[in-house]
Amino acid sequence: MDLLIFQAPILMVQASMDGILLGILFALIAYGMALQWGVMNIINIAQGELVIMGGYIAYFMYLSGIHPAFGVIVSPIIMYCVGWGMYKLVINKVVDKDLFTSILATFGISILAQQLMNFAFGADVVVAQSNFGTTMLFNNSVTLPNAKIFSGVVCVISAIILVIYMKKSKLGRAIRATAQNARAAKILGVDTEKVYAATFGINAALCGIAGACIAITFTLHPYTGLPYTVRSFMIVIIAGLGNLPAVAISGMGLGVFEEWSDYLLGTEFRIAAVFSLLVIILVYRRFKLARKREYLK
Amino acid sequence: MNKNTLLYAGLIIFGLAGAFIFPAYKLQLSFLYILIVLAMTWDVQGGQMGYNTFGNILFFGIGMYVASSTQIAMFFSLAEWTDAGGEKTFVHTIPQFFQGFGVGILLAGIIPTIIAGVIGYGILGLRGHYFAICTLALGIAAGELAGGIEIIGAGQGMTVPVWPKGFGSNASSSQFLYYLSFALALVTFVTLKWAYSTRFGLVLNAIRDNEDKAEAMGIHTMRYKIIGWMVSAFFVGIAGGLMGHINGYIEPTEIAFAGPTFGVFMVLMAILGGKGTLWGPLVGATLFHLFKEGFWTYFLGWQYVALGVLIIVIVVYFPEGVMGWLREKYPERFGEVVDEADLKAQVELK
Repeated sequence: MDLLIFQAPILMVQASMDGILLGILFALIAYGMALQWGVMNIINIAQGELVIMGGYIAYFMYLSGIHPAFGVIVSPIIMYCVGWGMYKLVINKVVDKDLFTSILATFGISILAQQLMNFAFGADVVVAQSNFGTTMLFNNSVTLPNAKIFSGVVCVISAIILVIYMKKSKLGRAIRATAQNARAAKILGVDTEKVYAATFGINAALCGIAGACIAITFTLHPYTGLPYTVRSFMIVIIAGLGNLPAVAISGMGLGVFEEWSDYLLGTEFRIAAVFSLLVIILVYRRFKLARKREYLK
Repeated sequence: MNKNTLLYAGLIIFGLAGAFIFPAYKLQLSFLYILIVLAMTWDVQGGQMGYNTFGNILFFGIGMYVASSTQIAMFFSLAEWTDAGGEKTFVHTIPQFFQGFGVGILLAGIIPTIIAGVIGYGILGLRGHYFAICTLALGIAAGELAGGIEIIGAGQGMTVPVWPKGFGSNASSSQFLYYLSFALALVTFVTLKWAYSTRFGLVLNAIRDNEDKAEAMGIHTMRYKIIGWMVSAFFVGIAGGLMGHINGYIEPTEIAFAGPTFGVFMVLMAILGGKGTLWGPLVGATLFHLFKEGFWTYFLGWQYVALGVLIIVIVVYFPEGVMGWLREKYPERFGEVVDEADLKAQVELK
């Protein structure tokens, strides 16, 4: 093979490191999706748009002269309110309907959000410069931007905080109870409406953190939300609902797969590789289950 | 003459005379017929079979590319054609154009049908939202792949052969496409009306209502699901081939494999009209086309915002559609017998 990655094996290390740091980000977004899917039985197509929206908040801070790294604190707070409002306006009307209704309704939200972001920030690809510099590893042959390491650390910390919060706090307990059995939780005095709104808000806040990290490490564009949704859906169906270690591992696996396909197939096929992988995984699992005459539920 | 005959005759006369009554709106009307085909074929899966697909756009795009590239490749080198871009260095003569057109449209129906048959076994084994997301990914992956293939113009897209000079007047190109799209819509309607009245339609409904039970009754559900998808793919493929000519230009992600626009429009049209009914998609497509043109005319710049709001409003507040609403209002017209006493008892219970 004539590919660069085989001529210079160090690029494999580079691709894998990039992939892992990227995968941590995906895992955080996917955990948000798993949370709301498990609790409210909703598939949010607008997940990617929430991420991009969070990124634009960091970008807006960068434009107004504040260091964009503070976006990881500001963005989740604003996004929590956005998610809460989104729940009150639209999502609470589709919670008890079938999943396809929620898919379509959130598709509408995603189109709406894309356009509004397009009006607010224009259709250019933007990036918030963090000026963090880069770290050189292995005799200067592997370069890691410090911003990526920073975003990886932020994601890990926020995941840990979330896990502790879900285990210890009263709201976290209520959320877990609602996920197990919404009706029983209601009987025992849990205000499920409030729990749903909080869950959606937490999901949006996680997207906000991930978005702010993406703003300083990668690029933002109003129409690039859907791939993030598909990635997180893929991670969730591999890892299952609410299994954080599995979500983290499959997230990193996906990140590595993407970076490798980037090097092997070329950047123009990157998105195609992600979407094709989803189809392949689903069809593979379908055939595996069909042997036992079962299907994905 | 009963009411139905009058209705059908009226619609056919409107279709035949439409090109002369509204000469300025010919392309709009051909577009409407294509939308009707898309909505009606989506309803075979989404409404009758209960498989909510976002993936029929795959066949639309494939049909579009197959129709034009066949028409070009029959007489010229495809690679040179796409290299030339918009330059009209290659011109089809009159017989070449129509030979290529006929073969292209035919293949645009056949190739998506074969593809639907091949991938159907794998994909249709998925159910519910897994099927929906998988087909969504399929359509987008196809668009991204087409954007990387050089011979069909990659991301820039390709131009479609232009109407041969010296054949008919200036208006005959759009007239030709108008009548072809009308014929396609008519054939689709008649085929589906017939198919729904046979055992095939009943099996599709049985799959929607309870697939496991249908299987337990001895129906090979997979076979029927694949055939259903192939029927949709055939008509959608031809619609795509015609759409390429109506546009005059093919682009991979915005026109051919336009999942976020056409892929969602077909779902919305069927839901707006009332899914699972024969007339629903037709009514829905007409209403949706009016809405959409209204948005594009009066909210220019904000049209996608209006569209997003429309999607949310339809899905959240109007999920049963026009036909479902009519059915609730006038159940007698749909052949349902209303038991007055039962109705009264229900009101009293409330």
